[in-house]
Amino acid sequence: MPLRVETYDRIEDAARALSTNRNARVIGGGTLLMRGVNAGVQGFDTVIVVRGGQSREIQSDGARLEIGAGVTMASIAANADLAFLAPAARVVGGPAVRAAATVGGNLFARPPFGELTTALLALGAQIHYVGHGTPQSIDDFLRERGRDRTRIVRAVSVPRIGDPSAFRFVKVTRVAPKGAAILSIAAHVPMQGGRVTGARIAVSNMGPTPLRAIGAERALEGQPLSDDTAQRAAAAMMEGLSPLTDELASEWYRREVAPVHLRRLLLPNHGR
Amino acid sequence: MAKKPVQFRLNGDEKAVFAAEGENLLDVLRRGVGDLTPKFGCGQGTCGACTVIIDGEPRLSCITLAETVEGKAVSTVAGLADGARLHPLQDAFMRHFAAQCGYCTPGMLMAAKALLDRNPRPSREDVVDAISGNLCRCTGYEAIINAILDAASGASQNARRV
Ligand SMILES: Cc1cc2nc3c(=O)[nH]c(=O)nc-3n(C[C@H](O)[C@H](O)[C@H](O)COP(=O)(O)OP(=O)(O)OC[C@H]3O[C@@H](n4cnc5c(N)ncnc54)[C@H](O)[C@@H]3O)c2cc1C
Ligand code: FES
Ligand code: FES
Repeated sequence: MPLRVETYDRIEDAARALSTNRNARVIGGGTLLMRGVNAGVQGFDTVIVVRGGQSREIQSDGARLEIGAGVTMASIAANADLAFLAPAARVVGGPAVRAAATVGGNLFARPPFGELTTALLALGAQIHYVGHGTPQSIDDFLRERGRDRTRIVRAVSVPRIGDPSAFRFVKVTRVAPKGAAILSIAAHVPMQGGRVTGARIAVSNMGPTPLRAIGAERALEGQPLSDDTAQRAAAAMMEGLSPLTDELASEWYRREVAPVHLRRLLLPNHGR
Repeated sequence: MAKKPVQFRLNGDEKAVFAAEGENLLDVLRRGVGDLTPKFGCGQGTCGACTVIIDGEPRLSCITLAETVEGKAVSTVAGLADGARLHPLQDAFMRHFAAQCGYCTPGMLMAAKALLDRNPRPSREDVVDAISGNLCRCTGYEAIINAILDAASGASQNARRV
C-alpha cells in the first residue's frame, strides 16, 4: 500500500489530521508500526509524525502521576517516581526496543505484547486524549480499543504507589531475558487493616487485550493475604478468561500455568 | 513516490539525504548514505543486526522511521575505529573470537557501545541484558559477553590511568 508521511509541529494539528482520516495512524516509537510498514501489510495509508516526538513529560500532583504518551519504557525504568512500574517497563523487548517503545504505542500493542498496559489496567489508569477534557478509564479504553483510531492519547495517569508490596508484576517467558510473554500478571493489592481492599488483577494473552481476572479479585477482596486466600484467588482466576493459542503456548498450557504464577506473585516467600 | 529531505549527523558528519515516504533508517543508511555497516537481518526489530546509536541510545534502525531522526546524531560501526586503530570493543571482539560469520557483529558492537557509554563497569548481567535484543547464530554468546566485559575492564583501567 503506498504510504504518506505527514509531519506536524504541534500535537493539536496532528490530532486534527488524525481525526479526519480513518486510514491514518500516529507514530510513537514506531517499533510496531514500522514492522507493518516494512512488511507492506500496515492496514493504513498515512503515518502522522509529531515533530520531536510525543510528550515525554512525567508530572506528579501528589497522589497521582501523569505519564506522557511519548515516554519510553527506558525512561520509565529509570524514573524513581515510577519505580513501581519499572518491573513492567524493563521486560519490554531488549534495550534498543525499550529506548523507542512508548506508553502510547504499548496501549495499542496486540498479544503477545502489552506488558505495560497490563500493569496500567491493574492500576486503574486513566487515558487522557489530546483536545478532550474528560479522561477515559483504561477498562473502557481496552473494551473499545481499535474501534476508534481517530484520537491521540496525550497521557495516562495512575495513582502513586507508596507501598511497593501493594503492586506486583510478573512476565512469564520461555526465553530469558527478553522473550515475548506466555502471559503477564499485574496485581494491585492495597491493604487496609491487614485486609486486601480494592484488588485489581490484570492478565495478558487471555483475550485480544489485557483483561481483569474478576474471579481472583473477588476471592481476594476483604481477605488477609494468606496461603488460603491466594489458593482461592488462583482457583477462581480463569473465570471468564479465554487464553490464546499461539506459537508460544497453547490455550491449555496458559490455563494451567496462569494460576500457579498468580499464587507465586501473591505469596512470593511461600515455600522458600 | 515523493521523497523527503532528512538531515542528521552520522558519526559526526552532517548528512542530508532524500528518504522515500515510510522509509526506515537502515535503508537510508545503506542505500542513501552508503554506510553498509548496519546489517539487514529481519526488518522486524527481532534480530538486532541493524542496531545503531541515536542520541546516545541503542536503536533498531530497521524499525526507525527515517524522518524521525531529523536533527539527531546517529552512530554506526563505521565511526568506531580511529583510522587503523580499532576501538577497544572491536579489539576485544577480535581477541575473544567473538565474531564468526560476523553478521551480528556490527549490531553487537553498537549495543555494547551504548552500554559502556552509560555504564563503564557493567556486571555480566548488565552485558547479557544489553545484548538481549541481538541474535547470534554462530558464537553461542559466551565469547561476545566475555569480550564486552574485557573491553569494559580495559576501558576502566585506561580511565583510571588518565
Ligand atoms: C523485538 C521486539 C520485542 C518486543 N517485545 C515486547 C514485549 O516484550 N512487551 C511488549 O509489551 N511489547 C513488546 N514489543 C512491542 C512494542 O515495542 C511495544 O509494545 C511498544 O510499547 C509499542 O510502542 P511504540 O511507541 O513503538 O508504538 P508504535 O509502533 O509507534 O505504535 C503502535 C500503535 O499505537 C498507536 N499509537 C502510538 N502512540 C499513540 C498515541 N499517542 N495515541 C494514539 N495511538 C497511538 C499507533 O498508531 C500504532 O497503531 C516488542 C517489539 C519488538 C520489535
Ligand atoms: S534488521 Fe533490524 S532488528 Fe533485524
Ligand atoms: S557471528 Fe555469525 S551471527 Fe554472530
